[in-house]
Amino acid sequence: MRSRSLRLFFASLFGVAAFAATAAPQTIPDTLDQRLLACATCHARVDARGNPVNDSFYPRLGGKPAGYLYHQLLNFRDGRRQYPLMTYLVDHLPDAYLREIAQHFAALPPTVLPSQPSGLPAAALERGRRLVVDGDAARKIPACVACHGARLTGVQPNIPGLLGLPRDYVNAQFGAWRNKVRRAHAPDCMADITARLSLDDVAAVSGWLAAQPMPIDARPAESVARPLPLACGSDPEAR
Amino acid sequence: MKKLRVVLLVAAILVLAAVALAWPRAEHIPSSSPQAYAPSSANIERGAYLARAGDCIACHTARGGIAYAGGRALDTPFGRFYGPNLTPDADTGIGAWSADDFWNALHNGVAKDGRLLYPAFPYTNYTKVTRADSDALFAYFRSLAPQRQPNRPHELGFPYNSQALLAGWRLLYFRPGVHEAQPARGAEWNRGAYLVEGLGHCSACHSTRNQFGANKEGLDGGLIPTLGWYAPSLTSGSEAGLGDWDKEHIVALLGAGISPRGSATGPMAEVVARSLQYLTPDDLGAMASYLQSLPATQAPRPDRAPPAGEQVLAEGRRIYEAQCAQCHGDDGRGKLPAYPPLAGNRAVTLTPAVNAIRMTVNGGFPPGTKGNPRPYGMPPFGHELDDAQVAAVLSWIRTSWGNTAPPVTAVEVNRYRAITSD
Repeated sequence: MRSRSLRLFFASLFGVAAFAATAAPQTIPDTLDQRLLACATCHARVDARGNPVNDSFYPRLGGKPAGYLYHQLLNFRDGRRQYPLMTYLVDHLPDAYLREIAQHFAALPPTVLPSQPSGLPAAALERGRRLVVDGDAARKIPACVACHGARLTGVQPNIPGLLGLPRDYVNAQFGAWRNKVRRAHAPDCMADITARLSLDDVAAVSGWLAAQPMPIDARPAESVARPLPLACGSDPEAR
Repeated sequence: MKKLRVVLLVAAILVLAAVALAWPRAEHIPSSSPQAYAPSSANIERGAYLARAGDCIACHTARGGIAYAGGRALDTPFGRFYGPNLTPDADTGIGAWSADDFWNALHNGVAKDGRLLYPAFPYTNYTKVTRADSDALFAYFRSLAPQRQPNRPHELGFPYNSQALLAGWRLLYFRPGVHEAQPARGAEWNRGAYLVEGLGHCSACHSTRNQFGANKEGLDGGLIPTLGWYAPSLTSGSEAGLGDWDKEHIVALLGAGISPRGSATGPMAEVVARSLQYLTPDDLGAMASYLQSLPATQAPRPDRAPPAGEQVLAEGRRIYEAQCAQCHGDDGRGKLPAYPPLAGNRAVTLTPAVNAIRMTVNGGFPPGTKGNPRPYGMPPFGHELDDAQVAAVLSWIRTSWGNTAPPVTAVEVNRYRAITSD
């Protein structure tokens, strides 16, 4: 089963020929697909039928803005994000290669994932929707859509989309910003916003986001209205 | 009663006298001239190269921090050390140090204020560095932009925080002394010995440490305490002994991080990435020649373990064919240069099997280097395979294609699975 699923995801997600173990080719493809098989085991998980799996902690990478992906690789390498296995994997890779890796995944089509129904009561979901779409001016919380795009699919080149992420992953990121173990270059806008959110706000936002269907074309928007409501060090264009 | 007191007093005096006689005397060798440490571009350039050779940046730079401004934690069985600030800031760095102060630290293991330094700073190796090279290093560090970053105090419990205990340790395990050339062995061999035994401080990992944290002489390998990687013996043919390697393969492993015999992984990947890849082919060749010249030693025979059961091996084979064979080949010969062979690869057959376990659980990339700027990675299997499965596939690999290593148990896999990977 496992070998079949592995072969299937290589074939389906990276568009490379599946290798039968018994007929392994003697030459190694000089491609990034081949070089980056290490990323696929977590970020491109598929079930036995080859369908993408989204029940785990690992976000998909395909189609995300290249600048965003590059900064995350740097953040893991330089300790601004904490996930020991990621840090270990990218620790000794040079900037130029990390940039190439980011561009590689950015150029892949986004994986359209089914939404995750949330068990939240309707009032909590509505609270999540309002925060995402309108924000809360009284508490100086900008709407998610103001930066992440009206369709929430992110904005080129540095702002990630928010749909199709496992809810646990989104919750964990808010927790990390709150505890200052996920950081970005100053001004660290998401840390500032998280400081203004209650835990109930976080649960409402992550629950509502995870329950939204991804659009068929989940590519990031080319632009967004500027200036953004907050200055972000990870998106220098915002300043 | 009185008699006992006299006996104790005499004994104490004798011990003190012995200590005073055996005290590792600070050895002062003066600079050849002030030009030796002047901030000339030639000195700075040479010092920068030597700093690479010594991998100073590894301990003296925090993750994501400013180079050489200190702050990296080094965990040891005795506590946690923090590399100090080497930039020339007057208050927090070495801005107020003289070239003699720097030499005294490097050669004698004594700080500017007279404190004895802990051998986590490998002055037991660096003491072999010449005064001329010490001066060039000093010129280089003085040329860096000063960074105001206070040093974090080491976190050591009693008794390891005691200078008296440290003095005792030095009495037992430290003698200052510059590398003594052996002209009969030729210039290349001597250059290699100087780099391997001195700045390269290879023995910091590749030798056994006793219960007091002192290295044994030689490069006979050892488990790196707290890091959870095994630094193989460089002199034993059954581990990573280099006697039967092609010299060019050693140079490739050190300089590029990959070779037809294996790849640099774990802590060695860091050494290649931050230090060895910057050395000249001549220096790497000299190190290779020196390492190859070391007399072969016999690694201790692992305890005879009963071979893994047939069922375990069958399961291991099944996993290998499903997960490993497409890169490492049905024949275990790998696919060069990306995928190292597993047949005859000592990183795989080492006992303890910690490195093979950690590679299987965490995967990894060889370091990105000038010689291999876009490395091929190995996927982590820790979330795909449970302890028994990792043990099964490694037991199978360790007894296939001519490999004859003892099996791996699920208990061993579990022990190393939990060690954090960064």
